[in-house]
Amino acid sequence: MEHPNPTIRVLVAKPGLDGHDRGAKIIARALRDAGMEVIYTGLQQTPQMIVEAALQEDVDVIGLSILSGAHMTLLPKVMHLLREQQLHNILVVAGGIISDEDALLLTAEHGVSAIFGPGSSTHDIVHYIRSHAGKPRE
Amino acid sequence: MSNSDLIPRLRSGDRRALARAISLIETGGPTARALLAEAYPCAGTAHLIGITGPPGAGKSTLVTSLTQEWRRNGATVGVIAVDPSSPFTRGAVLGDRIRMQALSGDPGVFIRSMASRGRLGGLARATADAATLLDAAGFDLVLIETVGAGQSEVEIARTAHTTIVVEVPGLGDDVQSIKAGMLEIADIFVVNKADREGAEQVVGQLRTMLHLGRREPGAWEPPVVSAVATLGRGSSEIVAAAGAHRSHLRNAADRAASAQAHAERELSAALQELVLERLRGPLWSAMVDQLATRVRDPYSAAGMLIASLKGREPEKIT
Repeated sequence: MEHPNPTIRVLVAKPGLDGHDRGAKIIARALRDAGMEVIYTGLQQTPQMIVEAALQEDVDVIGLSILSGAHMTLLPKVMHLLREQQLHNILVVAGGIISDEDALLLTAEHGVSAIFGPGSSTHDIVHYIRSHAGKPRE
Repeated sequence: MSNSDLIPRLRSGDRRALARAISLIETGGPTARALLAEAYPCAGTAHLIGITGPPGAGKSTLVTSLTQEWRRNGATVGVIAVDPSSPFTRGAVLGDRIRMQALSGDPGVFIRSMASRGRLGGLARATADAATLLDAAGFDLVLIETVGAGQSEVEIARTAHTTIVVEVPGLGDDVQSIKAGMLEIADIFVVNKADREGAEQVVGQLRTMLHLGRREPGAWEPPVVSAVATLGRGSSEIVAAAGAHRSHLRNAADRAASAQAHAERELSAALQELVLERLRGPLWSAMVDQLATRVRDPYSAAGMLIASLKGREPEKIT
């Protein structure tokens, strides 16, 4: 699919029940400063809400921040719903407290593109999104 | 997804096609114009409602409670929520969806966030065209939430049929209500956060101001409605007032004249965009240089550029 929009649009969301979104807000701000349009949807998003918002906003990237430990339930569910809606070209990245084993499973088996753990620099995240967004991943 | 059948697909309810078409319209250029050319004849049935007011007045929350009210009445609703782009990086954080969570999961609602992309006046360049797409997709209402607006972001009144101006208590004295600008464009005033101190004074000041103005016989008299958007209070009154305003527009004696005026503004905006786009080139750069060094003045430079348009082929858009 032709990439229609030179401006990268990113949905930043927090799936599940944890109530701490300082990290997500810092990321949103960093992406904004890198010239991207960030749709910030706030806390306590269900996978259905995230995928619906991504569809309506026609985003290139979804960034999910998850600290609750429920990532092995919520992230595969988001990926499944994206496939169901034929949104194959959206790049999905996640950040939060996610072990190396889980990260490997999420990227290798569920189609999450990258996991950024604690200590990741916003610079690296911006660079990763810039070089991967809007390209075919099928 | 191919771009050629987006309009038939969005008209048949394909939300992915609608979302993609809005992105293409935002990008602009020949693809955008071809899409608009196809959608324009199918649009014209939706009621376009603008919602404007200062930052923090509760516009997004009001959009949510009004949408819920319209949904209870069986109408479908498209929402365009505009937030500002950074003038430095052109990036944006679009946060209006945070207050619209309650609308999630409803197939009769479609919400799109839009960055202003450098345009002042409270809207993005593509806002009106995106509203045309939502209209063509069959939404009964299209709500357009402007960026948090001050006193002169009045562009919304030229785009919407009905303009709702949201005020809140505690923003200033009663001289604010006799100034020109925002207050003149309201078809409906909403005093939100009406459970706070000072709300009654704001309502009173607005009503006084409205009675001071001269009004033609038969002209629309903007109602002033108190609301607490977080609780849904006032929504049914506002929805009823919007319906009454639309009936008023349909029956108004100057209806043809106002349709003409609207068409003239649309044509003027399209002409500016196309002419500017076609003139950007070597001569444009040369004229910019000559202006910057004061070798030439702006009007003669513009004259040179317009003269260069003559004899060019018109662009094909279908």
